[in-house]
Amino acid sequence: MSPLNSSKPDNAGPRTWWRALEERAGDPAFQELLHNEFPSQVEAIADPVARRTFLKLMGASLALGGFTGCTLQPSEKIVPYVRQPEELIPGRPLFFATAMALGGVAIGLLVESHEGRPTKIEGNPLHPGSLGATDAFAQAAVLGLYDPDRSQTLTNLGDIRPWSAFLGELRAALAAQQPLKGAGVRILTESVSSPTLAAQIRDVLSRFPSAKWHRWDPASGEQARAGARLAFGEYVGVRYRFDRADVILALDSDFLGCGPGSVRYARDFAERRRPGQAGRMNRLYALDSMPSSTGARADHRLPVRPSEVEGLARRIAAAIGVGGVEQATGSSAGGQTTSDQTARWINAVAKDLQAHRGSSLVVAGDEQPAAVHAVAHAMNAALGNAGSTVIYTDPVEAEPADQLASLGDLVNDMNAGAVDLLVIIGGNPVYTAPADVPFGAALSKVRLRVHLGLYDDETSALCHWQIPETHFLEAWSDARAYDGTASIVQPLIAPLYNGKSAHELLAAFTDRPERSGYDIVRDYWNARAADLKIGGGDGAAAPKPGAGFSAAFESAWRRWLHDGLIPGTALSARTVAVRGPIPSTSIATMIAGAAGPRGAAGGTAPPPADGALEIVFRSDPSVLDGRFANNGWLQELPKPITKLTWDNAVLVSPKTAEMLKVGGVPSMQGGEHGQIVSDVVELRYRGRSVKGAAFVVPGHPDGCATVHLGYGRTRAGQVGSGTGFNANALRTSDAMSFGPGLQIARTGERYSLACTQYHHLMEGRGQVRAITRDEFVRNPSALKEGDQTPPKTLTLYPEHKYEGHKWGMTIDVNACIGCNACVVGCQSENNIPVVGKAQVLAGREMHWLRIDTYYRGPVDNPETYFQPVPCMQCENAPCEVVCPVGATVHSDEGLNDMVYNRCVGTRYCSNNCPYKVRRFNFLLYQDWTTPSLKLGRNPDVTVRSRGVMEKCTYCVQRINEAKIDAEKEERPLKDGDIKTACQQVCPADAIVFGDLNDPGSRVAQLQREVRNYALLAELNTRPRTTYLAVVRNVNPELGE
Amino acid sequence: MPQIFHRSTNTIARVSIFGAVFFIAGLLLLATAVSRSSWVTEAGVPREQPIQFSHERHVAGNGIDCRYCHTSVEDSAFAGIPPTKTCMNCHSQIFSNSPFLEPVRESFHTDRSIEWTRVHDLPDFVYFNHSIHVHKGVGCTTCHGQVDRMPLMWQAKSLQMEWCVDCHREPERYVRPRDAVFSVEYAPPANQLELGTRLVAEYHIQKLTSCSTCHR
Repeated sequence: MSPLNSSKPDNAGPRTWWRALEERAGDPAFQELLHNEFPSQVEAIADPVARRTFLKLMGASLALGGFTGCTLQPSEKIVPYVRQPEELIPGRPLFFATAMALGGVAIGLLVESHEGRPTKIEGNPLHPGSLGATDAFAQAAVLGLYDPDRSQTLTNLGDIRPWSAFLGELRAALAAQQPLKGAGVRILTESVSSPTLAAQIRDVLSRFPSAKWHRWDPASGEQARAGARLAFGEYVGVRYRFDRADVILALDSDFLGCGPGSVRYARDFAERRRPGQAGRMNRLYALDSMPSSTGARADHRLPVRPSEVEGLARRIAAAIGVGGVEQATGSSAGGQTTSDQTARWINAVAKDLQAHRGSSLVVAGDEQPAAVHAVAHAMNAALGNAGSTVIYTDPVEAEPADQLASLGDLVNDMNAGAVDLLVIIGGNPVYTAPADVPFGAALSKVRLRVHLGLYDDETSALCHWQIPETHFLEAWSDARAYDGTASIVQPLIAPLYNGKSAHELLAAFTDRPERSGYDIVRDYWNARAADLKIGGGDGAAAPKPGAGFSAAFESAWRRWLHDGLIPGTALSARTVAVRGPIPSTSIATMIAGAAGPRGAAGGTAPPPADGALEIVFRSDPSVLDGRFANNGWLQELPKPITKLTWDNAVLVSPKTAEMLKVGGVPSMQGGEHGQIVSDVVELRYRGRSVKGAAFVVPGHPDGCATVHLGYGRTRAGQVGSGTGFNANALRTSDAMSFGPGLQIARTGERYSLACTQYHHLMEGRGQVRAITRDEFVRNPSALKEGDQTPPKTLTLYPEHKYEGHKWGMTIDVNACIGCNACVVGCQSENNIPVVGKAQVLAGREMHWLRIDTYYRGPVDNPETYFQPVPCMQCENAPCEVVCPVGATVHSDEGLNDMVYNRCVGTRYCSNNCPYKVRRFNFLLYQDWTTPSLKLGRNPDVTVRSRGVMEKCTYCVQRINEAKIDAEKEERPLKDGDIKTACQQVCPADAIVFGDLNDPGSRVAQLQREVRNYALLAELNTRPRTTYLAVVRNVNPELGE
Repeated sequence: MPQIFHRSTNTIARVSIFGAVFFIAGLLLLATAVSRSSWVTEAGVPREQPIQFSHERHVAGNGIDCRYCHTSVEDSAFAGIPPTKTCMNCHSQIFSNSPFLEPVRESFHTDRSIEWTRVHDLPDFVYFNHSIHVHKGVGCTTCHGQVDRMPLMWQAKSLQMEWCVDCHREPERYVRPRDAVFSVEYAPPANQLELGTRLVAEYHIQKLTSCSTCHR
C-alpha cells in the first residue's frame, strides 16, 4: 500500500507546500529518499568487493582516458554551393513564415533555417494565434520532420513502387467509377481548414457527385462543434476574448493548455493577471475533472467528475437566470442533494458572473458533451458576453461535420461493400477509431485502399497503397488560425523522402494529376484575389486559373509569404441567437442513475458503493491522439501535473486509489529518486478490458479514472511503439469522453512508471510562493516572511564586478501554466538529447529546464503551482568552487559558463548545486549516427558527448549573436534584443530575460517588484534567476 | 642474519627515485613540445586539395581582394568558400580549357560541389566569428599569414587556445586600422603598441576572455 492514504495522520499543516503525496504524509522512507542524492550507488560503494572493482575501474579509466585526448583532429571537408542562393549568407540563419495546423486550426510560425535545414521553430509575432509564442507540439515539429521512422517510400502491399504506378491504378479505379458518378469513392480526411484543400475536395465531389467526403480527427473539438449546433442550430465558430474577461468560468475546459487558440488565450489570460494592476486582475473559476493547467491557474477549483459538470453548469445557469436549462426531473447529476459547500460555490460563481455582465466568460471544455457547450453559450448570451468576450463567427473549419457520424457512415458503407476506392488523407483511423466502430475490419472490404500518411502506421498496414506524406515543413499548403486568419504554409525544405502533399494527391483525381502543390495553392489564392481586393484597381472578375498572375497579386503573394498571414481573412463577428431549451445529455443522466447523486465539493461524498467508476478519456498532453507518439521530445516530456513520461496510466484520486487498494510507491531501485512502482490494474468497461498502471493524482475527482489516449501503438516507430496501453480499446462512440460502469481490478502485477515529479528534489526547500490578492494589496511584504538573505559580505570570495552587461531572468510563477513549451523549446535550441524511459527511471533525463509542480492544501483539491527551474546562474555559485578542472567558471557578464571541453565528469558541481539543475551525460545519449537527425541540430551549440556535465546557459549563443550584431552596427544592445529560447516560446510571457545593469530593462524592473523572490536565498547563492510570486484573486465570499 | 640486498641497491634506489623526477619532468616537457608541434597543430603543412588552387597567383598575381571569394567574411561567422559559380566567372573565359580546372568545370556542369579540404579547422566546441574580428581591426594576414605567398594553402598559426587568448588578452599588439584589414601588404608599424592602444579605444575593443565567448 502506498503511504498516501488520506486516512493517515495528516502531518502537514494546511499552508504547507508539498510536491509528492508521500512528502505530505511525512513518510520517513520518503524523507530518507530525499536526502540520498544517488541512492542507487550507495550500496555499490559500501560493498567492499564492489569498491575494489570500482577503484580498479577508476584507475584504468584515468590511465586510458588520458590517452583519448591524444587523437589528432580528423580532416574535414568544406562543401560550398555550386551556385549560391541569392539571399543566403553561409553561417547566418534565415527565417521563413509558415504555419502548422493541428485539428484543423493553424498557428503561425517563423522557422529558422540554416543553409536550407529547418532547425528551430518560433512563433510568428504577427500571427493572431501565436503572437510570437508556440505550444510544445509546434516546438517538437522539427524532430517530427527529421524522424528517421517516417514513411520514406511509396509502397504497394509492402513493395516499393513509383508514383506513376500508383497514378495508373488510381486513374483506372476512377475511370471505372466515372459511369457510377463516383458512388464507390470515399475520401477520409482529418479536420480541414485549408481553403485550397477544401476547394479541391469540392472539385472532386463535383466530378464524382455520388462520392462522399468523410472526416475524422480525434484532435479537433467534436463536442464543441456539436454544442454550437445544438445552441444555435448551425455550426458556428467560437472565439474568446480573455483580454476583456474579468470573471471566467471554465466548465471542465483546459483552454490554457490545449485546443484551438490556446496559445493566444494563455497570453491574453496572463496579461490580465499582472498584480501590478490589481484592479484589472481577472478571476477564474474552474470545474475541473482531470487536473489541468487551467484548473491549476484557477482561483477557485472544484474537482468534479465529468458527468457532474452538466448538472452544475445548469444550476449555475439557472442561478443567473438563463431559461430552459433545468434538467428533467430526477436526472440532475450532482443534483439537489449536493453539499452546502457546492451550493455556496455555485451561488458565489453565479453572483460574480452576474456582477460582471459583458465582461464575464463561460468556457466549456472540448471533452464535455454538446449540452454543456450549449449551456455555456446560453449563459454567455444571458450575461451579455456575446460580442464582447465571446465572438461568434462562421466556422474556421471548412464544412464542419459530425465526425463520429461521418466515420460511422463510412464504416457502414464499407461493410455494405459500397466502397470501391477509399483515400485516407492523413490521420490513423484504424488506431483512433472507437472500439465499437470496427474501422479496421470494415476496411478490408474496400477494393482499393490508399493511405497518405507521415508514418507507415496501423492504418497503412491495412491499406494497399502507403504514400509518404510531406511534413508541413516540406510542402505548400494553407490553413486558417483560430480566428480564421489564413496563412500560406510555406515549405522550408524539399521533401526528404519524395513525399506527396494532400493537394498533390487530390490533383491525381483531376485532369492535371501532376500539378505541384505550389501551383495548386497559388492558383487558388489568385482566383480569390478579387475577394481580397487585390488585382490592381480593376478587381472585377476573378482571373482564370492559369491565366498568369498580375503584378499586384505577385506583390501581395510575396507579402503574405513574408508576413505569414493573409490580411483581411479573419472571420468577422456574427450575431447568433440561442434557440430554445437545451436537452440534457442522456449520458449524463445515465451516469447520475448509475452512480447516484453525490456531493461535488472537493470529493467529500463517498464514491459509488457498487464499485463502479466513471471512465474519462482525454487526449494525451504530450502525444495527443497518438500522432506524436514517435516524437522522442514529446514522449520524454513530463506531462503537466502528472509528470509522467513515456507512458500513460490509469489516473485516480488518492481516495479512489485507497478504495481500490492500488497505488504506486517511489522506488530507489535503479536511480536517483527513481521511479514509481505501481500496481497494474485491469480496466473492465462494457465488456472490453485493458491493463494499465495505476497512478495517483492529487486533486483528481473521486469515483472516476482518467486514461490518456495515444499510447499502446503497435506501428508508431522505434520510439513510440509499445509505450503505455491503448485506451481506444475501451472507447465507444456513445461515450467518447466519459462513461459510467468502469470496473477496476488489481492484477497483482507491478509496473515502473517514469515520473519526474520525484527527480531533482531540492530537499523540501525552495518552494513557490503564493498570496491572495487582498493580502497582497494590504501587506505585500507577507510574501517575504521568514526570508533570510545573508549579507553580501558573507563570502570568502571577492565580489564580481560587471562593467558591461549583467544578465538576469525572472520567471513569473503567477503566469506560468506549466504547458512545457519552454522545455521543448530549450531542447530544440540547445541540442538536448532524448535519453529513453530506462534512463528517466534512473533520474537521468537531460532537460535543462524542469517544471516543478507544487501543491498546497488538501490532497483531494490542492492549490497547484508550476515553478520552472533552469540554472539560476548564481552570483556565489556553489558549482564553480568545487570544479577541480575549472570547467565551470564565472563569466564577465555573470553567467556560470559551462565549458564542455574541459569537463572530466567528476559531477562535483551537480552534487554541490542546491537547485539540482545540472545534467550529466552518463551515456552517449545523443544520436551521432542517424543522418537525418544531424540535420535538425542547432549548429550554434556544441553537441555534447558522454561524460560531460551540461546545464542552462541562458542561451549564450543568442547572447553572443546579438552582441556581435550590435557591435557591428555600432549601437548599444537594446532591452529585448536577446530572447532566450524559453522566453521566446512562452505563451504566457512568463519568462523575461535581460540586462540587470540597465535599470530600465524589463527584467531589472521586475526584480525590483515586491513579488520578486529568489529560490534558496538563505544559502547566499544570490541567484540571477528570480521568481515572481503567485497572487491569487480569491473571491472573499468563498475564501481560500 | 645476512643482508638480503646488495649494497649497490642503495645507489640504484637513489638514482631511480631522483631519476624518476627528471624522467617525468622530461616526459612532460616532451608532451608539451609535441602538442605544440606542427605534427599536432598541422601549422605550416600545405594541404592537398582537389584542385591546385594557388592563393599566391590569385592574390599576389592578380590582385583579387579577399572578399571577392570570401563574401560573407564581414557578415557572418563563416568567411565563406566561393561557390563554383565564382570560379567560373573568370574561368569560363580564361584558362577555360586548362586540365587543372577540369574538376571546376565538372562541378559546374554536374551541379555537384567541389569538396575542399578544410585548412583552418577549429574543434567543434569552438565558435569563432569572422565578421566581428574583421570589424574590430583584426587583419586577414594576422591569423592566416601571408596568403599571397602560399601556392597551396597551409595554416600559418597553431590555432591553439593559447594563441587565441594571447590576442584576446592584449589586442593592442595585433590590431590594425580598419582600412588595412584586407591588405596583404600591411606590416605592423614600429609603434604598434601606441597605434594598437589608440585603436582599441577607438574601436571599443573588449578584452573578452570569458569561456563562453568562444565555447558554448
